[in-house]
Amino acid sequence: MTSELLQFAFSGLTVGAVYALVALGFTLIYNASGVINFAQGEFVMIGGMSTVFLSALGVPLPIASIVAVAVAVLVGLLLWALAIEPARGASPVTLIIITIGASIFLRGLSQTVFDKQFHSLPPISGDAPVRLAGAAVLPQTFWVLGGSFAVVVLLWLFLERTLLGKAVLATAANRVAARLVGINTALVVGLSFGVSAAIGALAGILVTPITLTSYDVGTLLALKGFAAAMLGGMGNPFGAVVGGLAVGLIEAFGAGLISSDYKDAFAFLVILAVLFFMPAGLFGRRSVERV
Amino acid sequence: MKHLLLTAVAAIGLTMPAAAQDPIKIGAVLSATGPASFLGEPEKKTLEIYVDKINEAGGVLGRPLELIVYDSAGNANDARTFATRLVEDDEIVAMVGGSTTGTTMAMAPIFDDYEIPFISLAGAVVIIDPVQPYLFKTPHTDRMACEKIFEDIQQRGMSKVGLISGTGGFGKSMREQCLDVAGNYGIEIVADESYGPKDSDMTPQLTNIKNTDGLEVIVNPGFGQGPAIVTRNVKQLGIELPFYQSHGVASKSFIDLAGDAAEGVRLPASALLVADILPADDPQRDVVVSYKSTYEDATGEDVSTFGGHAYDGLMILVGAIERAGSDDPVAIRDAIEETSGFMGTAGVVNMSPDDHMGLDLTAFRMLEIRDGEWTLVE
Repeated sequence: MTSELLQFAFSGLTVGAVYALVALGFTLIYNASGVINFAQGEFVMIGGMSTVFLSALGVPLPIASIVAVAVAVLVGLLLWALAIEPARGASPVTLIIITIGASIFLRGLSQTVFDKQFHSLPPISGDAPVRLAGAAVLPQTFWVLGGSFAVVVLLWLFLERTLLGKAVLATAANRVAARLVGINTALVVGLSFGVSAAIGALAGILVTPITLTSYDVGTLLALKGFAAAMLGGMGNPFGAVVGGLAVGLIEAFGAGLISSDYKDAFAFLVILAVLFFMPAGLFGRRSVERV
Repeated sequence: MKHLLLTAVAAIGLTMPAAAQDPIKIGAVLSATGPASFLGEPEKKTLEIYVDKINEAGGVLGRPLELIVYDSAGNANDARTFATRLVEDDEIVAMVGGSTTGTTMAMAPIFDDYEIPFISLAGAVVIIDPVQPYLFKTPHTDRMACEKIFEDIQQRGMSKVGLISGTGGFGKSMREQCLDVAGNYGIEIVADESYGPKDSDMTPQLTNIKNTDGLEVIVNPGFGQGPAIVTRNVKQLGIELPFYQSHGVASKSFIDLAGDAAEGVRLPASALLVADILPADDPQRDVVVSYKSTYEDATGEDVSTFGGHAYDGLMILVGAIERAGSDDPVAIRDAIEETSGFMGTAGVVNMSPDDHMGLDLTAFRMLEIRDGEWTLVE
């Protein structure tokens, strides 16, 4: 029985790590701009698909991955410069709708630039499963978990230890005050789009050997990542990671122990229950409206 | 405006040589773009290639065929609108199309009302059961795929099946059909798990299946990337039992995606997929080799079974028009129903008033993946 539970746990953690990275991307952009970027899942797709197509062209995998992240960052910055920045005066709801439009556009574009097939990448260290107390775990799972952990640590260092990172935090805390002390908040928002895109692309590259990728994988990831960010408390990076892992684990244990038919329902039921009692999420700040 | 246009058309018509025969108009509403474009795209290309070929060879009944194609993008509402346009404005005499079961069922009532025969290219059994007078179909049904798999399992002396199905339309429908026919082959479903069409990890479900007492074989009705992930997960968990996929993944990309894990997987598929390795005396060999080379030469793409369904549909229709000796839709309908001994890419077709598909289990070949290639199981 314990080996089964461990198997479920690893399944949940792998999937959850991706949700966590998507949720982290949501959080960053939300903090900097108040916008929920529904094109976040498309960054994951661009990361995976670009790597697949570059390596199909004969580019070595490590270089293909770096270029793919660069492509995603470029797309993220273009999204900001061409769609978000020109509409900066608009309400967050309008901006959110713009990101939904952008996500549909990116999906359509990659359908023609890439193709409509599913693709895979070779795993980084082979596909012979590792046996852990009776559970069989793919080596790639450790790369996904390790990669996600590294991203979280790097992000933390960036936010806490660099001036630019502090500017992001300041903008998140109070945009008007940040602008008054001389922070270029527009640039901070642009930066957050770039960093979010990079995180998404990295997630896409790491999970493609396990989950496969195609032009339309982004939609569901954005939905699950959004749910994870809400569960953790929108705007809290730590909450995003916990929320992501929690959604993944609930899905895996729900499917394994109760019924696979209602796998998605469990995750959303738990989220609804949490939000009912804690409207700001597990680690969210209670928002105070000053009048 | 409309009158002006008509006058203009009439004027052009008058200047054309009087010998030109009126074309026989056939319609096609296909999901050429959108999520089901992997069905509609090869179907559209196939119809265009073969209508051209037929016209070059003198047409049907000495008259050219005119193919009118609309793209429903997989949307049932659009399909219905286009179907109405085909019967009311374009005045077609027959229809070959309907890439998906959804679009087919949405369009069927229109063709029934106007008494125009409709040969569908979609899979589900609901299209022909119950039989509707003007509705036919060319692909195998998911029910037949289950029967073929269970037949093979029975021959191998096994009976306890663990089912893991996708919850998308294809997997769901095939799961129901499998549960329905299991008893006929002495099959007992000992585990019944499912996964969402976009899920990326099925190890929890497979862990449960693996731990089921007496399990002898696993069957995975599903479509798209899900089955490839299930296949990888089966290998990851070290499950050594015989493993069956469905005809839904009968394409080279499944082998590519599943990689080494696909080794030893069995699945039922149309002969088209293994055209190159069919024995020389196989009655279906000529048809599938000819279609495969024609399609691949014309498009430069790998042949798919879906395009083959369109080929079968068009050829059944052309045969029926020739036998009917007219382009009267009702006469064509009667002739389609009398189709017998037609050798298509999907198998031998023998239609009857009770069977508007006319395929039997021999239409399916049981394949096994060995060394990354399809091989025939005999």
